[in-house]
Amino acid sequence: MSSLLIELTLNGLQLGVMLLLMAAGLTLIFGVMGFINLAHGSLYMSGAFVTAYLSRTTGSFWLGLLAGVAAAAAIGAVVELLVVRRLYARDHLDQVLATFALILIFSNAARWIFGAAPLWLDVPPLLAGAVRLPGGGGYPVYRLVIIALGIAAAAGLYLLIARTRLGMRIRAGESDREMIAALGVDIAALYTMVFALGAALAGLAGAVIGALESVEVGMGEPVLILAFVVIVIGGIGSFKGALVGALLVGTVDTFGRIFLPAFFGLFLDPSAATSVGAALASMLIYLLMAVVLAVRPKGLFPAHG
Amino acid sequence: MTEAALSIRHLAKSFGALKATDDVSLDLMPGELHVVIGPNGAGKSTLINQIAGGLEPDAGRILIDGSDVDGLSMAARVRAGLGRTFQVSSLAMPLSARRNVMLAVQGGSGSSFGFWHPVRRDAGLVAAALAALREVGLVGREDLPVAELSHGERRLVELACALALRPKLLLLDEPMAGLGREGTQRLIGDLAALKRTLPILLVEHDMDAVFTLADRITVLVYGRVVAQGSASEIRSSVAVQEAYLGDRDDA
Amino acid sequence: MARETIANAVLAVALLATPLIAHALGEVYYVNLASRIAIVALAAAGLNLALGMGGLVSFGHAAFFGIGGYVAGIAAFHAVDGSLFAGLLPGSDRMLVIWPLAMLIAGLVALLVGWISLRTEGVYFIMITLAFAQMIFYFGISLPTYGGEDGLSIYRRNRLPGVDTGDPLNFFTITFVVLMIALFLTHRMMEAKFGAALTMARLNRTRLATAGVEPRPILLTAFVLSAMITGLAGALAADLNGFVSPAMLSWHESGEIMVIVILGGVGRLFGPLAGAILYVLLQTVIGGYTENWQFFLGLILLGVVLFANGGLLGLIAGRARHD
Repeated sequence: MSSLLIELTLNGLQLGVMLLLMAAGLTLIFGVMGFINLAHGSLYMSGAFVTAYLSRTTGSFWLGLLAGVAAAAAIGAVVELLVVRRLYARDHLDQVLATFALILIFSNAARWIFGAAPLWLDVPPLLAGAVRLPGGGGYPVYRLVIIALGIAAAAGLYLLIARTRLGMRIRAGESDREMIAALGVDIAALYTMVFALGAALAGLAGAVIGALESVEVGMGEPVLILAFVVIVIGGIGSFKGALVGALLVGTVDTFGRIFLPAFFGLFLDPSAATSVGAALASMLIYLLMAVVLAVRPKGLFPAHG
Repeated sequence: MTEAALSIRHLAKSFGALKATDDVSLDLMPGELHVVIGPNGAGKSTLINQIAGGLEPDAGRILIDGSDVDGLSMAARVRAGLGRTFQVSSLAMPLSARRNVMLAVQGGSGSSFGFWHPVRRDAGLVAAALAALREVGLVGREDLPVAELSHGERRLVELACALALRPKLLLLDEPMAGLGREGTQRLIGDLAALKRTLPILLVEHDMDAVFTLADRITVLVYGRVVAQGSASEIRSSVAVQEAYLGDRDDA
Repeated sequence: MARETIANAVLAVALLATPLIAHALGEVYYVNLASRIAIVALAAAGLNLALGMGGLVSFGHAAFFGIGGYVAGIAAFHAVDGSLFAGLLPGSDRMLVIWPLAMLIAGLVALLVGWISLRTEGVYFIMITLAFAQMIFYFGISLPTYGGEDGLSIYRRNRLPGVDTGDPLNFFTITFVVLMIALFLTHRMMEAKFGAALTMARLNRTRLATAGVEPRPILLTAFVLSAMITGLAGALAADLNGFVSPAMLSWHESGEIMVIVILGGVGRLFGPLAGAILYVLLQTVIGGYTENWQFFLGLILLGVVLFANGGLLGLIAGRARHD
């Protein structure tokens, strides 16, 4: 039983860390530019597709991974330059619609280019083994690496924001957009960089998860919605909020999916327990969000109070 | 003893360490025009906002016509008799002045849950709106979108909206701001006429207007009342002059 | 006559004439296509009330569309085998029972969702409406009795007294009449006191409160009414297709309904109809060439958002008139 608990905790951590990569980008983009980016899932998908395709053609997972992250960043930059920057002054509805349009464009383009069948991305042989957990049972090395990678990326992002010049400009931009323009910071370049950074994180998440789950059109949207739930729970614009929210959502979702059907199995017949439990498990995160918003309409750690 | 139209008792509001409103008390009596003056940052707008229901005070009581309005929303206070205008005109820009005022008439006179009868054919509503507009002297331009009206005209539309509600008192936040010479004179005349029937609480910077109109004045500095009394008392108070009027020259 | 009124009339006539002509030519496909347009327009008309007229960016309206569909589907399911829903209610295959029921349930759900969601604003509101819709989606696909992820088939078209509803032209007429009544009632509503308050709620909530009108009850009412209209569309859609798909509840569907509202002209009375015609035309024409037709839909939507914000009716009829 304790092996199961450890495994679940690690799974929850893994999900949380991946959500953090997505959520951090989203919350950064909203915090600095005030922009709602529904196309973030498409950036996640782009990272996965490029990584899968290049891994297969070059035979190297790592090369593919590098290319995937770079491609996501590049696509993010291009999207920002061509589309997003025209929408900063617009209302949320326009931003939602425009990025929804981007989802349609990216999803269908991916299907056109790669076909409807999923792409396969294999875990690199170096990381294909399993590690023994205390209490018996094995846990995939790759998943541990994902956790480590995610923590490293999150730490890197935190240091970037807290300790570098760029980070300083980003933080300043979050509090007062007009002021940093007055101070001579090139806002346009800053915004493109922030967007590309968020895109890179999303691409990294997609590329890395692509080896665990299949790489297919539409893979980004469920993650996107979860990431939005994370930043809403955590407080939009707050990195701390994204962190707490991601870990909360990752844990609750992972544990909920195992324990809810088991819980209902105590007094319902097995098939009913599974369906009710599974349904409730899927709904759990949204219930959590609704409860949080009912009590704190701006999330747990709102960036601007 | 006549009851105050508006009574504020020991109102307090802090934002972190900043005391925006610090133990403020004042009464607005019927037939009176009471002006709140003070340097920038004195907390005048915060005070107005708390009275109107947009901001919840930390402590103290606000009574409209003797009734405590604690917990009442902005709209509820309006229906309890509070008419208000904003420092920065807050109107529906794409709509005409007439439409804006008609909504105020609608709001002040019962339910908005009518789903069938067109509002533009409601003779009573239209007449009341036009009457309010006439009262502030805005005739002939009421069908233009508010966006096309001048700053001063928008002020008048706001005032018409407030009057259309048949309020028991008026709360005006810097109504002279941005008006030219003529507009200011005009508005001073309107307010002087109005105060006879409608008690008015006014926040203002324009000293000429203040001393022309005010029956009583409250001086607010850093959220506290430093002086309160009749216009002549305040005018001759040395303390006030030092604290406020003297500094005005560097503004 | 104002350009918008003429455009509206043209759209209505075009929608009415096409299936009549198709019927005369024996082309059943186009009659059913016209029914689809009318139903899609009705769904969008519901959203338009909340979004275009109320300014509420509800990204979860598919939930109400799907609820309407599932009410029709579940009612049909129980009508066929005589069983009871939740052991209490019998099924039905009568339109005059199913429509009010679909609207009622969609309305009640919207009351709950709206009451909670309207405590938030801006992007939080968008997200929470999306979250609720997702909840309902996952709930919908978890009911194995009613098809789970595969959806639910409806084997008989629902009945209306005195009408052979199985005939495509008759069914079209029903959907057309329902759409026109919905648009007419919306028009009356928007011209009345409620509409004046709702418009102000959209333009300047503070001004509405300062006018003595509590914004939240107005917005909640608009939200509930809009859900009822979209729910009715869902019931009709289920009937047309003979099938209730969980996809009706998906966020992608929510996005599509929103796209239709925007393409036609957000806030315009006949915007949903213009958008529906455009959408179905694109789907039929471009979709005939490639299954990736939504690539082009995305491009067009992007173009509309960036350059033609008033949608089709905005282009045709110019700036909306207000008085």
